[in-house]
Amino acid sequence: MDLRLAPHAVAMSAREFVAWSSDMMEQLMQASGGKKAVDKITAPIWSWALRNANYPLHFGIACCALEMAAASGSRFDAERLGMIFRSSPRQTDVLLVNGWVTAKLRPDLRRLYEQMAEPRWVVAMGECAISGGPWYDSYNTVQGVDTFIPVDIYIPGCPPRPEAMIDGFMKLHKKINKEMKGTFLEG
Amino acid sequence: MGKLAQREGLGPGGKTGEVIAQTLVEKFPQDVKITKATQNRVFATVNKPAWLNVAAFMKDALDFDHVTAVSGVDWLEEKKMWVVYHITSYANRVTAELIVELPRDQLEIDSISNLWGGANWHERETYDMYGIVFLGHPRMERILTPDGTDYFPYRKDFVGGRRV
Repeated sequence: MDLRLAPHAVAMSAREFVAWSSDMMEQLMQASGGKKAVDKITAPIWSWALRNANYPLHFGIACCALEMAAASGSRFDAERLGMIFRSSPRQTDVLLVNGWVTAKLRPDLRRLYEQMAEPRWVVAMGECAISGGPWYDSYNTVQGVDTFIPVDIYIPGCPPRPEAMIDGFMKLHKKINKEMKGTFLEG
Repeated sequence: MGKLAQREGLGPGGKTGEVIAQTLVEKFPQDVKITKATQNRVFATVNKPAWLNVAAFMKDALDFDHVTAVSGVDWLEEKKMWVVYHITSYANRVTAELIVELPRDQLEIDSISNLWGGANWHERETYDMYGIVFLGHPRMERILTPDGTDYFPYRKDFVGGRRV
């Protein structure tokens, strides 16, 4: 190949070349319908995998955390449905907010949410996390998690029983199944 | 201390609340007023200038070793505030409730967290909720509300309502 015909290829750094070539590859796959075809095959597999292993963050705030503990105990055994509680936001898919969020906690919770890897979901459990609950119009309680984080599932109750919590996660499974997200060449 | 004292619920220190109250009044006749004293309880008011001396005496001579609670009371119309201390002696099985009165325009009192380390967070919380400043505290900052909060929610003239 005569390099005089493509001077910009010579001027590129290695990093620029990788970005350019992967961009070209993605556009090529999208234009040719290759991405669509691969997504159609892989999306059900991803969805199935995400549904059966959505790990919530082990982050207890208030009394709903006791219901969370009961749900993960042997009586309700949430682990059989793929809800394994992990202690690091890097290893989790679901941010389970179970309790009131004070003004002092809010930036830290936002940071935990941002530390979680995509794809991620937020479940607001209990009245406090949904709307402030008994702390309506309080001077120090945030009026609902959805004022600063996008929430996918709301589980009402004060506190909701472990069955209700598991049911909320089943709703989340339906949502993941409905989204059926193909992620070929994304991310 | 004999077997009789043990049967009556005295601790190994052997001092009842009445004895402790008597000792306090004899040591600080001007500054300590006993409201009530029973076997396990002492209720007293202490003058503000003598407060640190009284606390040190209670720790050193009367075996008080645990600050159970520090809180406040806002008397808005009387233009004063109370700081209420609950200090316990395990050895004597006595809890003393001590009240120190402050004028509402000068809310400052000597800190006791250098005597009892457990008073540290109690005093910070009292500052957080009432705005009472504890002089000599190692870290007089807000503890429950975020830094930069410009109100004291437990004061009677605090207007409630949504702020966040």
